[in-house]
Amino acid sequence: MAIGLHDSSFKNPVVRWVDQRLPVFTMIQKEYGTFPTPRNFNYFWNFGALAMINLMIMIATGVFLAMHYTAHVDHAFESVERIMRDVNYGWLIRYAHMNGAHLFFAVVFIHIWRGMYYGSYKAPRELLWILGVVIFLLMMATAFMGYVLPWGQMSFWGATVITNLFSAIPLIGPEIVTYLWGGFSVDNPTLNRFFSLHFLLPFVITGVVFLHVAALHITGSNNPLGIEPKGPQDTLPFHPYYTAKDSVGIVVYLAVFAFLVFFMPNYLGHADNYIPANPLVTPAHIVPEWYFLPFYAILRAVPDKLGGVILMFGAIAVLFVLPWLDTSKVRSMRFRPIARIAFLLWTVNFMVLTWVGAKPAEGHYVLIAQIGTMIYFAYFLVVLPALGRLERPLPLPESIARAVLGPKAQLGGGPVPGGATAQPMEKA
Amino acid sequence: MAETSAPSGAATHSPAGAPAEAVTKRDFLKLTTTAFAVVGVGALAWPFISSLAPGGDVLALASTDVDLAPIAEGQAVTVMWRGKPVFVRHRTAAEIEAAREVQLSALKDPATDEARVQQAPWLVVVGICTHLGCVPLGQRPTDARGDFGGWFCPCHGSHYDTSGRIRRGPAPTNLEVPGYTFTSDSAIRIG
Ligand code: HEM
Ligand code: FES
Repeated sequence: MAIGLHDSSFKNPVVRWVDQRLPVFTMIQKEYGTFPTPRNFNYFWNFGALAMINLMIMIATGVFLAMHYTAHVDHAFESVERIMRDVNYGWLIRYAHMNGAHLFFAVVFIHIWRGMYYGSYKAPRELLWILGVVIFLLMMATAFMGYVLPWGQMSFWGATVITNLFSAIPLIGPEIVTYLWGGFSVDNPTLNRFFSLHFLLPFVITGVVFLHVAALHITGSNNPLGIEPKGPQDTLPFHPYYTAKDSVGIVVYLAVFAFLVFFMPNYLGHADNYIPANPLVTPAHIVPEWYFLPFYAILRAVPDKLGGVILMFGAIAVLFVLPWLDTSKVRSMRFRPIARIAFLLWTVNFMVLTWVGAKPAEGHYVLIAQIGTMIYFAYFLVVLPALGRLERPLPLPESIARAVLGPKAQLGGGPVPGGATAQPMEKA
Repeated sequence: MAETSAPSGAATHSPAGAPAEAVTKRDFLKLTTTAFAVVGVGALAWPFISSLAPGGDVLALASTDVDLAPIAEGQAVTVMWRGKPVFVRHRTAAEIEAAREVQLSALKDPATDEARVQQAPWLVVVGICTHLGCVPLGQRPTDARGDFGGWFCPCHGSHYDTSGRIRRGPAPTNLEVPGYTFTSDSAIRIG
């Protein structure tokens, strides 16, 4: 090894030459090859990889859409129609981008749910969790601004209602909204800056994802048992075990994606967005995209403008402090009989909020939204802090290997080569 | 201040010759440099923030003329001003009376009808719901006008009266009255 060069273990001369000067191959080998990963992942652990793939799909389709899209109030709607009708495969690229956004939120919701169920937010993974919530916020901002770009009725009125949320801020609110709009209403300057930011933010997300993964590779992954691996017998190298398992998930995910794009591309959208924006007429029933509905329901549950806005943002802000609200030392809900039921009820309640967010804000729907909002916050602010003290968790297993392999663990589950040879019968 | 901290250790950290316990020249330099950096960053940021505000062309479009002659009693028109709808309603005697007999104490955002109009028959308000910015219904004769005969916002259910004041629902304030002047007996200029 020459002085100042990285001590590379690669044999291929070209790879070795690069790796000595910039050890990217060593890094990939360490972080995605031999990386010790708990051996007991279930399929919930696929969703991080799926989110990563989804982000790449969004950027790839988005860059090509941007080549044909015109960010001007007089041309935006028509340029999107041109993408649909005249640009070769434009329909495919746009439908992939549109449905990719829906799927992205579905994947990330499951990913977050996984973290909440298995207590992945607890020490030492608090910062990893917080970075995840930051990604979620950035995704919401990105999707909101992307939805404005086709300049249909829902684009325009969604943009109007959401930017107006900021007018609830006392004193400076209206001024802030003028600065968001670059005018006195949602108009051409607004569309232009939203396009600029919609292009930029996915790359910011990519940066935060990098930090998210970097933090993950310091603490290592959590797992369905919520106990730390104690040695090599509890882990497997990421490759080929989890590259293979992730591939299974990716195939299923792509099948669902293809089904949406080819058979029901507009099912998750709103027909009103195929009507060009009209600043003089609000559609009778404006509804955000489904992934915003729970938060929209919380906004409308409060009869006071500022109060509604505070609770809506609070619904996400509370996730930032979740690691400190949940005072129980036990991570996985598998070993928390009461918290488990509470969390499953919270999940059902989240779905109820999604459903009621799409209903008109009148009559008993308002009451349902109010009860749902109370349950949403009660779980975080009352139930979790209290259960940490009151609940008696089930006994935790001795180790991951012990729990998944049973007595076999002692015989020599061991690290990879040992593990692979020790189970000839399973291959047959 | 510094006298209270460990005297022996401090001496090794201070530049040769400088008294250990006093505020050093270096502290002063750090402070002034930081202060200048903050001012500099602020000065650099300002053009970028300011570029987000409405530009000159947007501000230049800021007034709209409306001819009132063709608007019959009981009718209303919607005009665009600064990209927003403005409602101009030619109110009937009954509507004016309804607006004037309300007790101020019954209002969420108290304002007399007299203070909201220049000439009793003509009500001019920005047609944007003060909740989250939808355009309320009530301009066309077939529209729902809510429980108080003015406008009804379908987005989250705000009811406005015949003076454009909020009477029920989540909107916090009355429909805004834009600045306008009568340029003749039958014309106004908004803005
Ligand atoms: C986090 C990743 C992203 C998300 C969640 C996202 C989301 C969205 C959504 C929901 C729409 C509206 C689709 C519709 O109803 O038509 C949209 C449109 C658009 N996006 Fe993205 N996007 C992402 C990344 C990107 C990137 C990286 C670019 C460009 C480099 C881009 C360019 C566009 C363009 C040009 C449109 C307008 C055309 C259209 O409406 O189909 N997007 N985006
Ligand atoms: S925008 Fe009118 S009631 Fe919400």
